[in-house]
Amino acid sequence: MRMIENEAVVAAVRELAMRAARDLEPDILDALVAARDRETSPLAKNVLELLLLNSDIASREKLPICQDTGVAVVFAELGREAVVRGDLEAAIQEGVRRGYRDGYLRNSVCDPLTRINTNDNTPAVIHLELVAGEQLTLRLLPKGCGSENMSGLAMLPPSAGKAGMVRYVVDLVLRAASNPCPPVIVGVGLGGTMEKAAMLSKKALCRPVGEPHPRADAAQLEGEILAAINQQGGGVHGFGGCNTALAVHLELFPCHIAGLPVAVNIQCHAHRHQEVVI
Amino acid sequence: MSFARYQPDFLQNLRRLQLPLAAAEVAELKAGDLVSLNGPLYTGRDQTHRRLCALLEAGEPLPVDLAGQLLYYVGPTPAPPGRVIGAAGPTTSYRMDAYTPQLLALGLRASMGKGPRSPEVRQAMLKAGAVYFAAIGGAGALLSRCIKKSELVAFADAGPEAMFRFEVEDFPAVVINDLAGRDFYELTKK
Repeated sequence: MRMIENEAVVAAVRELAMRAARDLEPDILDALVAARDRETSPLAKNVLELLLLNSDIASREKLPICQDTGVAVVFAELGREAVVRGDLEAAIQEGVRRGYRDGYLRNSVCDPLTRINTNDNTPAVIHLELVAGEQLTLRLLPKGCGSENMSGLAMLPPSAGKAGMVRYVVDLVLRAASNPCPPVIVGVGLGGTMEKAAMLSKKALCRPVGEPHPRADAAQLEGEILAAINQQGGGVHGFGGCNTALAVHLELFPCHIAGLPVAVNIQCHAHRHQEVVI
Repeated sequence: MSFARYQPDFLQNLRRLQLPLAAAEVAELKAGDLVSLNGPLYTGRDQTHRRLCALLEAGEPLPVDLAGQLLYYVGPTPAPPGRVIGAAGPTTSYRMDAYTPQLLALGLRASMGKGPRSPEVRQAMLKAGAVYFAAIGGAGALLSRCIKKSELVAFADAGPEAMFRFEVEDFPAVVINDLAGRDFYELTKK
């Protein structure tokens, strides 16, 4: 068994929170550059140019890319041969608390009934998974609510089939219009149960932008949905053109013979994610 | 990536608008125009709107006179040391739709956020002679540089949702709803 110190987790999460708010990773930057290069609307092209300039300024001047520094969603994959001293979840929360404080990030978390701000951006939403090995992988996505609010879930009948599923996803993204800050990344969880589909839709956002699903039929479906969205959508910020979505990521899980759960998690163009392996 | 590579020259050639907006200038704006805003504006998002309207309903005075002003929907990040403000891009506007007609009735001349407005708000804007701008969503760092001054106006306890007065310079924005009743989002629909 390998022992991982609690304080190492706190320090890593603090750093992840600050880095994620400021630095876009190459996958999303490359996708934005490609979108700019193929953009047909002059205004949308200019706006994509501004988004690239924005990420450059954020990184250089250590400012958040977006003022909505989100709810911190943390995917923690703990190796079965590793043990974290003390309370792993408490360490993640403490790291989030310090990262948001020290990085001058916005406290955007409140009680759902009283709407009173918790004032330290905790609690983070933590998804813990046990995996092979002796490492701890921490992935942090600051999830803004402009895009989260446009997400949705449907328990479709199996008769809806592929076509019904595609229609549900495309309609949801079109209805979201310019609200979620397009060009968006569309995470789709297909199958499982209600909560499994929702989880998969978020997990789908962790895949490098535009990397197709390893299964050929799923990859083809991703392409179909993406093409339909970009044919009909309002484009970058609703300003026209061909870039409403940058990518569609599908995640699959077997489901009940009577069901076809479909969850859609929409992510804005400020697709912030950082990862560390301890 | 180099800074120079992403220094778009179109930013230098935008039509400059002076805040607070003159009625004559508002009348000339056309849905789809990319303009630059210069001068003072007020900010507010969910909590500020809720509280402003609660004051109105109670017949109490508002902390500022909104007549002729622009209200920007933003909840900035805290200012790091040595900066005027942190990231300060727009939030989604539809959440303010329930409150906006009451503020337009007070003479509010413009609002700015991102995303489409309700039919009720669009109608109220036409009646009030007001326009709606979209700021560039997710460009909080870039827009932070366009904010030269920031002061707290009201509702300090609401934290990032408090009301501020900004002085902006070369702040890029797109006209969405103009006085002719056009809606840029509808014009770009396929």
